[in-house]
Amino acid sequence: MKAFLLFVRKEFYHIFRDRRTLLILFGMPVVLVTLFGFALTNEVKNADVAVLDFDKGPHARQVQARLLSSDYFGLRHYLGSYREVEAAFRQGDIKLAVVFPAGFSHELDHLGHAQVQLVADASDQNTATSLVSYATSIVRDYARQELPPPAPGTAGPHVEAVARLYFNPSLEAAYTFVPGTMALILLLVSAMLTSITIAREKETGTMEVLLVSPMRQLPFILGKIVPYFLLSFGNALVILALGVWGLGMPMRGSLGLLLLETLLYTFVALALGVFISTRSSTQQGAMLFSILSLLLPTVMLSGFLFPLESMPPPMQAVSRLIPARYYIDILKGIMIKGLGLRELWPETAALLALAAGLLLLAFRSLKSRLA
Amino acid sequence: MPAAMFAIDLQHLSKSYGPVQAVQDVSLRVPPGELFGLIGPDGAGKTTLFRIMATLLLPDAGTAAVAGHDTRGGMRAIREVVGYMPGRFSLYPDLTVAENLDFFAALFRTTVRANYELIRDIYEPLAPFRDRRAGALSGGMKQKLALCCALIHKPEVLLLDEPTTGVDAVSRQEFWQVLGQLKARGITIMVSTPYMDEAARCERVALLQEGQVLRVDTPAALQAAYPVPLYAVRATGSLYPLLQSLRAYPATRTVYAFGEEAHLSLLPAATAAATTGTAEADLLGYLARAGHAQVQLRGLTPTIEDTFMELLGARPAATAPTAR
Repeated sequence: MKAFLLFVRKEFYHIFRDRRTLLILFGMPVVLVTLFGFALTNEVKNADVAVLDFDKGPHARQVQARLLSSDYFGLRHYLGSYREVEAAFRQGDIKLAVVFPAGFSHELDHLGHAQVQLVADASDQNTATSLVSYATSIVRDYARQELPPPAPGTAGPHVEAVARLYFNPSLEAAYTFVPGTMALILLLVSAMLTSITIAREKETGTMEVLLVSPMRQLPFILGKIVPYFLLSFGNALVILALGVWGLGMPMRGSLGLLLLETLLYTFVALALGVFISTRSSTQQGAMLFSILSLLLPTVMLSGFLFPLESMPPPMQAVSRLIPARYYIDILKGIMIKGLGLRELWPETAALLALAAGLLLLAFRSLKSRLA
Repeated sequence: MPAAMFAIDLQHLSKSYGPVQAVQDVSLRVPPGELFGLIGPDGAGKTTLFRIMATLLLPDAGTAAVAGHDTRGGMRAIREVVGYMPGRFSLYPDLTVAENLDFFAALFRTTVRANYELIRDIYEPLAPFRDRRAGALSGGMKQKLALCCALIHKPEVLLLDEPTTGVDAVSRQEFWQVLGQLKARGITIMVSTPYMDEAARCERVALLQEGQVLRVDTPAALQAAYPVPLYAVRATGSLYPLLQSLRAYPATRTVYAFGEEAHLSLLPAATAAATTGTAEADLLGYLARAGHAQVQLRGLTPTIEDTFMELLGARPAATAPTAR
């Protein structure tokens, strides 16, 4: 036991004496959360909008007023023709053009439905998507609120039908980025740093000496894991606090459950780290392996940055092996939707299965000799 | 003697890495308390043998027993009683001298205080630097610290893989003195070195080449084993042209570079003539004609290295082990 405690203390010495490790441990979470939370936001404010009004009727005017009185849009031009719309986009003056066709008000009054055309600059796809959804929901609201209710049995008045944006109607960036960042950081700190420290023992030759000692594999692995387990958990708390108090994340579910799930996820990440370390003999190898097998798949395939639904089926299948995918769902479920274990058990079960599988793999590929 | 009587008992060991045969049919027996040397150039298979003895590698064929335990089945038992110092520096450079020592003591479930007696002589010169990071120590001090760490659990068998490589001459002297003291305490020591002069410090040595044992004997016996008279030749200018001329000399039996000189032995016919002095006169005359100035020729007592070179069949100088 004393040997084990001294081993853990030794690991802490390694961590606190290595500036690179410290930077990854404590610098990266703050930088990433801040970056993703504030700078890389896909939230749009005061986007430049052009209006092309062929209708000039009362409804067109009122929809415009609603659009422009929101925070999202600012009027840049009134235009007279499609050609001017195209020119404005080419010059980059505007992000969105709203086109009211002739007869818009008339059709809305008499037919109960009409169309508005939203033209967005899709070269910036994220902004375009956001703008279109903001505008759509405003237009839709107008139709619902301002027009007389439909006669029974007939279709209600509508301008355009889109799915309502649940839970994050204002598309707050923090809602996607805080869970994603947390999943990423915990994975990197736990798995990458653990695998690198074990690889470092191999690289410097200390592994040879450790092997030729009475110390067994299990205490060695645990001794490597414990410090990073503690530090990762501390990191998780920092990111959570930043998310809730700094970025306005809600916390609607149980904090206890959230912390338990975080522990589980950290465990999965650590098992991954041990597994990687058994496969690489140099720190650089471990780093490369980590980036290829952890960082990229997590960023790409966890639903963090790119929606899983729009991926081809093979990629979706691969994403089922990405632990971050489940953890992100769990975080969002607990924090934003206020869900409990009853709703989140499939994700939790998936994480448990991954943990068991990885642990088995890691221990099976651990060696008590060199080759 | 029954096998259990040996501290180290290697029987017909072979080990290859892919197509490279690192160790080939090596058999060695070391009784308890002996200071045994493995001598050979880089690539002779010394490190592989150490790793097999330290239970880090399994041999492809043959058996190895250390401290009475087989390395295959008795891995755990061997790891309790063996002190192993790998060929390269294998301590934590970011921990201090004292932290390293404490850590390795704890690893073997003991304390520095309990076994301080054993390491006192080596550790005392290090003590003033106890709070210095191990990475910032000089080469000699690093090796002393590594030896302390390998000794801290009072091992029965000490496995030292090239402990003096890259260490200055004074530290090497001190290091071998310490090994002598440890031997006096009854610890079996297996040590490897590429330096022939260190071989003389061992009780017995095994000469290794390309994974095979060429010969096992005491240093004195190895020196005495050199079969013919040996000469050292030197001349002004660089050694290489002199070696070229000597190689072309018809009566030359073997010739190779040895430090600043060429070591030369002559064919039996010439050797017989040497008693009369004519062989030496012939050679001097030949070298003078070949354009070498101030040629000096003297008879030599062969060293272990000469015997080693003899056993190798006097291969080209480039592959010769280093002499210092």
